[in-house]
Amino acid sequence: MQPTDLPTFAAEPPSGPVQFQPRAWVEQIMGMPVSIHVRGPGVRDEHSPEFALVTGAVERAFAGLRAVDARFSTYRADSELCRVQRGEIPPERESEEMLEVRALCQDAEQRTGNWFSTEDPAGRFDPTGLVKGWAVEACALGLSQELNPDDDSASGFDVMVNAGGDIAVRSVRVDTPDWVIGIENPADRSQLLATVPLRTGGVATSGSAARGAHIWNPHNRRETPAYWHAVTVIGPNLTWADVFATAAYAREGDAVDWLAEIPEHVALLVDRDGRTTSTEGPAHGWDPGNSQVPGRHC
Amino acid sequence: VKRNLIVAACTLGGLIPLFLYPTSHNVSTVNTKLGASAGYGAGSTAGTGSSAAGSSTVTGDPVDTRWGTVQVQITVANKKIIGAQAIQYPDGNRRDQDINSYALPILSQEAVAASSAKIDAVSGATVTSDGYIQSLQSAVDKANL
Repeated sequence: MQPTDLPTFAAEPPSGPVQFQPRAWVEQIMGMPVSIHVRGPGVRDEHSPEFALVTGAVERAFAGLRAVDARFSTYRADSELCRVQRGEIPPERESEEMLEVRALCQDAEQRTGNWFSTEDPAGRFDPTGLVKGWAVEACALGLSQELNPDDDSASGFDVMVNAGGDIAVRSVRVDTPDWVIGIENPADRSQLLATVPLRTGGVATSGSAARGAHIWNPHNRRETPAYWHAVTVIGPNLTWADVFATAAYAREGDAVDWLAEIPEHVALLVDRDGRTTSTEGPAHGWDPGNSQVPGRHC
Repeated sequence: VKRNLIVAACTLGGLIPLFLYPTSHNVSTVNTKLGASAGYGAGSTAGTGSSAAGSSTVTGDPVDTRWGTVQVQITVANKKIIGAQAIQYPDGNRRDQDINSYALPILSQEAVAASSAKIDAVSGATVTSDGYIQSLQSAVDKANL
């Protein structure tokens, strides 16, 4: 990716009623920028008691992501995951987080017909493809719960976490607008292909900025040219939106039909020639009686 | 007054969703669905009216919605709506939770220049730290720092 090819953007300054204006914090974690946005009382006033409360909670949220990175990093020889991969930790001594991720990975492989794979080319357990979405989802949920212990929509805080293009949002207020998520054109980052209004849920994009990229196909165990340029999936939580986006990206043309069968999710796919396709989800739209979050892990 | 009532009745169906979902971008979709399923509209709203000096109020039928029962009353003067209020309203807390629960979003598939869009976050293939510096997300973050 050539940063010099990219235009420089100037976003509008915040406007509108104060409770609509988020405050943003950004840190580099796992080699990518992680933005946390919070909107609610006092977040734009550094002298308010709420500001101190929110800042503390956001710091803990970043710390939680760093702890996940330390445990699951494949770049740190002393991480728990590296030690598991080297066979240094017997299964009964693995941490709760590792066991939770293992269970989710099994579930993910099953629900994607093994198109989502947590085995690396060497055949070792590698949950990297799931950990990021899971960690960011847990981060957003944990932050929202810490900031809204009373579940009070009048004085509460909405949160959004964007980790390198994968996004989790949680809202409790009723006087705020929907978060608007733009889906980037993978061929031209100065363009958005679509926008999505969201109050609670996850948005994940799998893809490569480079056309003609090769991907690991878990079925024939080969590097094959990617059929899709990018696949974006929107769903009730980021963990599963991310898993489904990754699996669809690895598939070929049947990814659209496969995604369309998944309830409560919407997808936008861009093929290598720049053609876009979207799934409309179930024809009846949402059903208030059936809003179970699939695979919620908390 | 009778003619005013007809005008008012036609408008009631359209007003109810505005009370329900004042903050959402999904509003147009919601309207359509509510209108179709609840079966109200110009033909079916049997409102009751009363008139005061120069204006009249019209009360719509209670309508069962996703969030509970809603009933709207409007005030009309000179064929124009000069006031509207919900006189029956869904239970507050339940409604808040419903508004903020996940709803299948509608993609607005309109290619727009990223620089001109009013957005909160950008989803794309994993952004590296280098790419981020000049990205739209970076600009949005900066505006809110």
